[in-house]
Amino acid sequence: MRRKVLSAMMILSLAAACLSGCGKKAAETEAKTTEAEKTTEAAAGDAKTTEAVTEAAGAEVTTEAKTTSSDNVIKVGVFEPLTGENGGGGVQEAQGATYANEQRPTVTIDGTEYTIELDVVDNKSDKTEAVTAAQKLVSDGCVAIIGTYGSGCAIAAGPTFADAKIPAIGCSCTNPQVTSGCEYYFRVCFLDPFQGSVMAQYAFDEGYTKVAVIDQLGDDYSTGLANFFIKKFTELGGEVVTEQQFQTNQSDFKAILTEVKASGAEAIFSPSSITTAPLLIKQARELGVEAPFMAGDTWYNTTIIDNASPAYTEGMVCSTFFDEADTSNEVTVNFVKGYKEWLNADSSRIESNGGNDSIVGNTALCFDTYNVICDAIEAAGSTDGEAIKTALQGISSEGVTGTITFDANGDAEKDTAYIDIVKDGAFEFLKTVTVQ
Amino acid sequence: MSASTFAQHFLTGISLGGAYALIAIGYTMVYGILRLINFAHGDIFMISGYFMIFAMASFPWYVAIPIVLLGTILLGVVIEKAAYRPLRSSPRMSVMISAIGVSYLLQNLATYLFTAIPKSYPEIPFLKIIFQFGGISASLVTLITPVLTVVLVIALMQLINHTKMGMAMRAVSKDTEASRLMGIKVDSTISMTFVIGSLLAGVGAILYFTDRMTVYPYSGSLPGLKCFVAAVLGGIGSIPGAVIGGFIIGICETFLVAFGYSTFSDAFTFLLLIVILLVRPTGLFGEAATDKV
Repeated sequence: MRRKVLSAMMILSLAAACLSGCGKKAAETEAKTTEAEKTTEAAAGDAKTTEAVTEAAGAEVTTEAKTTSSDNVIKVGVFEPLTGENGGGGVQEAQGATYANEQRPTVTIDGTEYTIELDVVDNKSDKTEAVTAAQKLVSDGCVAIIGTYGSGCAIAAGPTFADAKIPAIGCSCTNPQVTSGCEYYFRVCFLDPFQGSVMAQYAFDEGYTKVAVIDQLGDDYSTGLANFFIKKFTELGGEVVTEQQFQTNQSDFKAILTEVKASGAEAIFSPSSITTAPLLIKQARELGVEAPFMAGDTWYNTTIIDNASPAYTEGMVCSTFFDEADTSNEVTVNFVKGYKEWLNADSSRIESNGGNDSIVGNTALCFDTYNVICDAIEAAGSTDGEAIKTALQGISSEGVTGTITFDANGDAEKDTAYIDIVKDGAFEFLKTVTVQ
Repeated sequence: MSASTFAQHFLTGISLGGAYALIAIGYTMVYGILRLINFAHGDIFMISGYFMIFAMASFPWYVAIPIVLLGTILLGVVIEKAAYRPLRSSPRMSVMISAIGVSYLLQNLATYLFTAIPKSYPEIPFLKIIFQFGGISASLVTLITPVLTVVLVIALMQLINHTKMGMAMRAVSKDTEASRLMGIKVDSTISMTFVIGSLLAGVGAILYFTDRMTVYPYSGSLPGLKCFVAAVLGGIGSIPGAVIGGFIIGICETFLVAFGYSTFSDAFTFLLLIVILLVRPTGLFGEAATDKV
């Protein structure tokens, strides 16, 4: 009897482990945003309030877009999650598109001026909703699509756009499958693994020769970055002295860090979630590991500094898509100035942006996406989806986040990423790193 | 592996094991008396972590710790009264489902109230003093955890073996009906079990989270399951068994990582559960059930 009960319990406990694992995963993927505060809140089950806020913002975006309609109109779809798990990031992107549309309301085809009207739909961060929303954009007669935040929805909607032969350009969806699985999908951001190469280049430039790598088992983001880092760093002539892996939900890294300490690494590359980061940092310092931490864009988040204490995070470096403090590019400077003014002109825009006027990478990427689409329409001299797609393949557009050209796959060919360092308890722009 | 690295791993292992042991006692005691796996125990542990965050926000640590322990005890007793007591005469499976329900309730309540963003656990200054001897570096809490665990367990054994309350507990665990006939207040004895279990979970939470610094709504689920395995390994119902089980799991996990098998450290724990159930279902120290029909 007792044995039977115990085995029943065992099954239940395993089931419970699986379920709780899933919950955690959702919380973690959501953390993969550049400016996660708002998004994480949405995912955290506080969805109600955020939904209300984002819905309001969505409505605003739509009405603004509609006032520009006239006879010679080209519709561009904005396919973003305005509500749900990724609502925060989606709204930030949609705002970037709205601003871009205000800056460049028309395109010229064969001497005729056409007004661009944004058609904003909400894919609700849901893969099923995403297909419905995509179908609506297709039936509305959009010639090109911007978005979406969250690779899952982009992958789900890809076939719909491909069937209708409408090109779509993602802003921040980093999963390789978005473009590799769909001929009509492009993207303007770099892929996750690229950051691994960038950080390897950075580490090498800094003069590190022995680096330890810590990555999360079964997490594509983490292992992807780690593998590219190891490959590039070894190519450059550095040595990865130890590679340690940890599991989702793990909170005790002492054993791993003891190994890192024993390996004599000069720096630690540990692409992982924001949940893991403060634990790693604090436990490392406690064990007397003094090597600086390096990571990808997920670590570009102030909650890490708050949780791990500023003293411990001093000198931590991470790569990111965009930094508003970068003054090396005139387009960027103008965009930052203009967008901040635009945000501050209306308090609801500030609220949708996450309560302040700092510009996240998603917004900048979405601004670029809009301009790439305009350039492509002008280059194609037509509103035909097939023609725009062909034009996109040969385009070279000077954007806020660097020069954008697409490879055969539809991925942006970028060679530059931004590196930020923690100084006095805040992220500070360090430099841009270009991979040879 | 050099001697200092080995010592460092060993220290990490027994410290982790100590925290596991404290939580495992909660499982084993409740099982001993109610024949119920209190699946909510890991989540009580997690909520206790949140209590500490709020208590430390307004009080110094020497006031905050008693408040947190009281809060945790209260939570444990309330759960018992609200979710388990009404089901006392129901089939055992119903109570267990209720326990799973409470577990999810607590997790989701925490997500709703505190969001899923990990919260920083407040630092109790003296626990974080870092000691260094030779190549080993550890904070005071790492050193204190196993010692405190052993002290608490000895105290608990005294309580159970040499007081009236302890005798009542042993009696209820042997035969609830008979002890009721003998004039033992079964309900208050069960409440007392939850008080002790929650108190130890509260102490465990302080030690565990001080060492690991962040609390989030799911931070109780995996340690909870591992401590359940520790309790089964030691022989569920047996307190020394739970403690030994906790230490075994803590040390094994740490050394698996040290030898480069970090991939398998969780799998190992659950594999251990399966093996022990197949080979020795009563655990290392469990008594064979003598069911007289």
